[in-house]
Amino acid sequence: MQRPRILIAGATSGMVEAAARLWAARGARLYLLAREGERLGPLAADLALRGADMAGTAVFEAEDLASHGALVQQALAALGGLDVALLAQGILGDQAAAQADAAVAVREFNINALSMVTLATPIANALQAQGHGAIAFISSVAGDRGRQSNYVYGAAKATITAFSSGLRNRLAPHGVQVTTIKPGFVATPMTAHLRQGPLFVSSATAGRLIVKAIDKRKDVAYLPGFWRLIMAVIACIPEPIFKRMKL
Amino acid sequence: MTQALQGWGRYPIIRSDVAHPAMTSAAQDWVARQPSGIAHGLGRSYGDSALAAQVLKTDRLNLLLAFDPATGMLTAQAGVTLDEILTGFVPRGWFLRVTPGTRFVTLGGAVASDVHGKSHHATGCFSECVDSFRLLLASGQVWNCSRSENPELFRATCGGMGLTGVILDVSLRLMPITSAYFDQVTYKCPGLDAVLDRLAETAQVTYSVAWIDCVATGASLGRSVLTVGEHATEGPLTPHGAPKLTVPFDPPFNAVNPFTIKAFNALVYGKEFKAVKRSRIHYAPFFYPLDVATHWNRLYGKPGFTQYQFVLPMAAGRQGLRTVLTRIAASGMGSPLAVLKVAGAANDNPLSFPLAGYTLALDFKVQPGLLGLLDELDALVLGLGGRLYLTKDARMSEATFKQSYPRWAEFQGVREKVGAIGRFASLQSKRLGLD
Repeated sequence: MQRPRILIAGATSGMVEAAARLWAARGARLYLLAREGERLGPLAADLALRGADMAGTAVFEAEDLASHGALVQQALAALGGLDVALLAQGILGDQAAAQADAAVAVREFNINALSMVTLATPIANALQAQGHGAIAFISSVAGDRGRQSNYVYGAAKATITAFSSGLRNRLAPHGVQVTTIKPGFVATPMTAHLRQGPLFVSSATAGRLIVKAIDKRKDVAYLPGFWRLIMAVIACIPEPIFKRMKL
Repeated sequence: MTQALQGWGRYPIIRSDVAHPAMTSAAQDWVARQPSGIAHGLGRSYGDSALAAQVLKTDRLNLLLAFDPATGMLTAQAGVTLDEILTGFVPRGWFLRVTPGTRFVTLGGAVASDVHGKSHHATGCFSECVDSFRLLLASGQVWNCSRSENPELFRATCGGMGLTGVILDVSLRLMPITSAYFDQVTYKCPGLDAVLDRLAETAQVTYSVAWIDCVATGASLGRSVLTVGEHATEGPLTPHGAPKLTVPFDPPFNAVNPFTIKAFNALVYGKEFKAVKRSRIHYAPFFYPLDVATHWNRLYGKPGFTQYQFVLPMAAGRQGLRTVLTRIAASGMGSPLAVLKVAGAANDNPLSFPLAGYTLALDFKVQPGLLGLLDELDALVLGLGGRLYLTKDARMSEATFKQSYPRWAEFQGVREKVGAIGRFASLQSKRLGLD
């Protein structure tokens, strides 16, 4: 694919920046959506210096669901079409706050789940109409099974997993690839306060694996791959036992 | 939440609160919030110069900001690494004017250590290719520093070990190249006189370094392999690849012991079978032979190691070098190899390490009796008018530092003017009496 046209939502996380740099080095045309205004412009300049043919930006409020359709049209116009969309916006959330106050949980759902739906829907329709392209969703291993320590986050990610699975099913006959990416623990600013251990991968590695999963047109990619095994084991635990575990 | 933090020598280790600001405003917030702390790049200084209870890691201050292909001027944030610069700019025909022996250092670290490399005698330290940088001060203000704007602060920050403030971004000049390769000549030198003669003979060559066998004694004392080279004019502009090897964990046995050291040195020295050998090699093995293996520092095991790098003025000459080498060889504690270079004239930065003479760097595994030996070496080095490189240091005394860096008081004066004393501090600065 020459000069792929790529839309990235949630562009200012460490792992997504790492992916964007790999695409920039290929001379891609990039369009970045992100919340943090102060980093977004310099990030676009950085990607252009690293070889991107173009790096457009727009400030994106994930919670402002009604604005997303217009943002997608704006991005498509700027890129002159679309080959790949990477939807990666999200917050880690605060489980304790979300279980104390439903409004917090709703806000997390808006950002982590519904904003993916509002972006993906017009993107999917555009790609279906042109008959090629790819959409990648950053879901999470946390979406594979709800755990008491982060089930609000996990439930939003489960929405993405199921939504992307259905979308993949719908778009497969139209030549459009949908990839569900499930990171385990990535060392990012979002997880800087958590303890780092052997299960963590660096954001640079995570970014490389995201690009690889999209290149290989994977359906579901655990990141890194060993999480597929871990989650398979966790999925096998019978609910009567699971509900008594401290997870 | 604190985390264990260490330099490249893995000695000492400290628990630190680590912040990863992604924006200037976040770095300013950190400075306002912390009573005291230090910036930390890739942690490739060997000792405790980037260690403190509060640390600002520059891994998210990692953006390229501007590049002018007409002049080769690159402006990039402090956390951008030399590795990234080479990857991005070698294919476009640009190279670093000064590079240390590893590409895994940040721009901020390169400035703060005022690093030098195989070209020091010809090009000077890293600061020679730096036009300006922006420095975040204790007050939260951001100042431009260059040779014309805040020149005192510019000079104090180059080599200032992060003690003047947080370097936010750096403007440096790259050099044009037409090939990623080097034409090198390798000389096998049977002893110290032979290698020093060769170094004098090849003084006009831009890049030169000798790997010296620190275990050899008697007539073989100082036997070396000297490599000199220049940028090739022909050859592709291929950047380097990712490291191919790693040391994934501490070896369960003592990997660096007198037996492996002797075997290794015999191999390295024996490999260069011809007395003079000419070849064309890529810049990665030419400059960064140790970068092929990530985490090679683990070879020294859990206790860690310290690198001892000193410079002796030309006046101390061969006899001085011979004295120190003899003491190291007799100790039996030194690393397999030491790196010997000729340093050019000192620059005007108060804490920059090099001065015209010979510099030698070698590793010592942390072991009983080591600190006593190093104190003894300090006395020898200072007696000969030399000094130690702060970037490698984890243990020199305040008296040693202040005697051998006579401009330390001037450095403190600059820090005082910008309110840096006490606000930017490392384990090293406290040990050296810079508070």
